[in-house]
Amino acid sequence: MLDTSDMDNAKSMSIIVTKGSLDWAYPPFILGTTAAAMDVDVTMFFTFYGLPLLKKELDLKFTPLGNAAMEMPMMGGHIAMPNIVGMLPGVGGMAGKMMKNLMKKKGVASIEDLREAAVESDVRIIACQMTLDLFEYDVNDMIDGVELGGAATYMETALKSDINLFI
Amino acid sequence: MADQMLDAKGLNCPLPILKAKKALKGMTAGQVLAIEATDPGSVADFAAFCSQTGNELLSQSSEGDVYKFEIKRS
Repeated sequence: MLDTSDMDNAKSMSIIVTKGSLDWAYPPFILGTTAAAMDVDVTMFFTFYGLPLLKKELDLKFTPLGNAAMEMPMMGGHIAMPNIVGMLPGVGGMAGKMMKNLMKKKGVASIEDLREAAVESDVRIIACQMTLDLFEYDVNDMIDGVELGGAATYMETALKSDINLFI
Repeated sequence: MADQMLDAKGLNCPLPILKAKKALKGMTAGQVLAIEATDPGSVADFAAFCSQTGNELLSQSSEGDVYKFEIKRS
């Protein structure tokens, strides 16, 4: 029943995930889950600030700080989020809540949902061992099924992949 | 006549595709999945999804704000 010749021809993609804020978490998870749905073998390598995206409990933050191009839809128009606003205490948390509310209203999946979809569709998830040591994370606080690896583990996969992304 | 129906109305990219893939996985070859979505991007995305996965896009139409697709599982 299982046609292995077909599997050998499967397309593959690797993504290096380096950023863990609410907004930056979306591109890798959207592309990873969609590629898996299109029968692509997907490997996601979580390193530096992307690594906390593997923690069992997520509380993703979002900040308009340093994002000069950011606009939020408001009252039929758009309002820019200047850096000065982002520097006020509490604005990061508020912006995160605003963004989550907006996403819910527009039917955008949560990162938790996308991550679950990635696990369900057998996306290979590698946590960077060096980042784990550096920032003193415990692999037991991470979701099940996470593989540990380093640069060589990534390279071995990337050299065989049709698409390699760094996000 | 569709064998299964998927209501993806109100869902945004990439949820209609992910839910369709999940539904197709549980079906057998030759069965037809009917999908209703409101995401305008789903028109291009279901065409791309089908051409890549080999599932056949039997029909695509729209009624008001609702986009309808029929996909035959390969």
